[in-house]
Amino acid sequence: MNYNWNWSVLFEEEYLGWLISGVGWTFAVALVAWVLALAVGVLVGVGRTLPSKPVAFICTAYVELFRNVPLLVQLFLWYFVVPEIVPDDMGRWLKRDLPNPEYVTAVIGLGLYTASRVAEQVRAGINAVGSGLTNAAYANGFSTAQTYRYVLLPISFRLIVPPMTSEFLTIFKNSSLALTIGLLELTAQSQQIAEYTFQGFEAFTAATVIYVVIALGATLIAQLLEKHTRIPGFVGKA
Amino acid sequence: MSDFDLSVIADNLPFLWQGLQLSLFLTLLAIVGGIILGTVLALMRLSGFAPLSLFAAAYVNLIRSVPLILVIFWFYFLVPLALGRPIGGFYSALIAFVMFEAAYYSEIIRAGIQSIRKGQVHAGQATGLSYWQIQRYVVLPQAFRNMIPILVTQGIILFQDTSLVFVVSLRDFMTVSSIVARTEGRLAEMYVFAALVYFVICFAGSLLVRHLQKAKTA
Repeated sequence: MNYNWNWSVLFEEEYLGWLISGVGWTFAVALVAWVLALAVGVLVGVGRTLPSKPVAFICTAYVELFRNVPLLVQLFLWYFVVPEIVPDDMGRWLKRDLPNPEYVTAVIGLGLYTASRVAEQVRAGINAVGSGLTNAAYANGFSTAQTYRYVLLPISFRLIVPPMTSEFLTIFKNSSLALTIGLLELTAQSQQIAEYTFQGFEAFTAATVIYVVIALGATLIAQLLEKHTRIPGFVGKA
Repeated sequence: MSDFDLSVIADNLPFLWQGLQLSLFLTLLAIVGGIILGTVLALMRLSGFAPLSLFAAAYVNLIRSVPLILVIFWFYFLVPLALGRPIGGFYSALIAFVMFEAAYYSEIIRAGIQSIRKGQVHAGQATGLSYWQIQRYVVLPQAFRNMIPILVTQGIILFQDTSLVFVVSLRDFMTVSSIVARTEGRLAEMYVFAALVYFVICFAGSLLVRHLQKAKTA
């Protein structure tokens, strides 16, 4: 193996700056997309469990659609296709005036994709609460809205903290796909450093270490959150 | 929307079919390789021999913390360097997928092995079977039967993941669709078509999973 090691390249001002900016974009995409994914995912997940057939059908269709198309294809659809098929004025605005189009597209694409995965966890959490409590709520004269508000959601949200942690980690990893539409996040920056300096080993190691640190940090926070939210004595299936 | 031109798909059908074949072939090889290496990792992790189980745990956790695209970049860079000669994009991608998916498969297989009751192992020991015989004839056959639905689910995810070879321009279905989209200037048609093809294959796969799960509980 012929390879000239040069770890100091990572600390040269220019390349260090690229790495830091890459980390910044990775966080900016992952965190904002996560907020979107939570908001849409909770609505869709709850929708799938509602007694209303049309609502449940629409929410099921959402999940199946977003889960069965690769995220890369979805990003391309948002980035290249949506501006073409919306009304002309809006398309022109999307193409010309939308600030930071790569970033906005990445957040929307990643957020709505992750929402379908969040929805599945929310639905599993609600189903895991069991029909006994739901029937008890109805027997007490709760409306459907009250049953969700006071019984199903408070319990199920605490049940699904562990699987949601792994979704949170996944959104960081999936944010790397934003490089395909030109966003220079962490993976893209490490690839760019590798190309400029021919020090691929050092560049990819740096990115790997940063991703591992992010994963460790998120896992640590998650464990604290899990301890805090665990329901004593409740053995759920979620 | 009015000038949605479907002839661009028909004209390029043989080229697109080649891409889809590469995607399916890569998926199939990566599933087989991932399950084999994943089984080895799971057995190492459960072996009770500290160096082996620590190594397997470290490997699985490392791979699961990094994005697939980064792993693909790693192996595109490392494989030719380690071998001292280029071996072509397909093999680099295949190695990257096997190494990556093995970490995910090993977690599935580990859970599957742990779901087999200890009594089965004890019965094997009482009958005088060796460790390997117990794994080979008692534990793994039962574990794999229980795992079939979730292994198929992971296979569907893997099929979607193969679209990421786009980042190294390997000509899978996604890359080929994108080439046609650009050269013909028909982005909307091609990417909607690509989404449709992926959807049909993956949705059919998820229906199969549902059927397998029902068959298992019935």
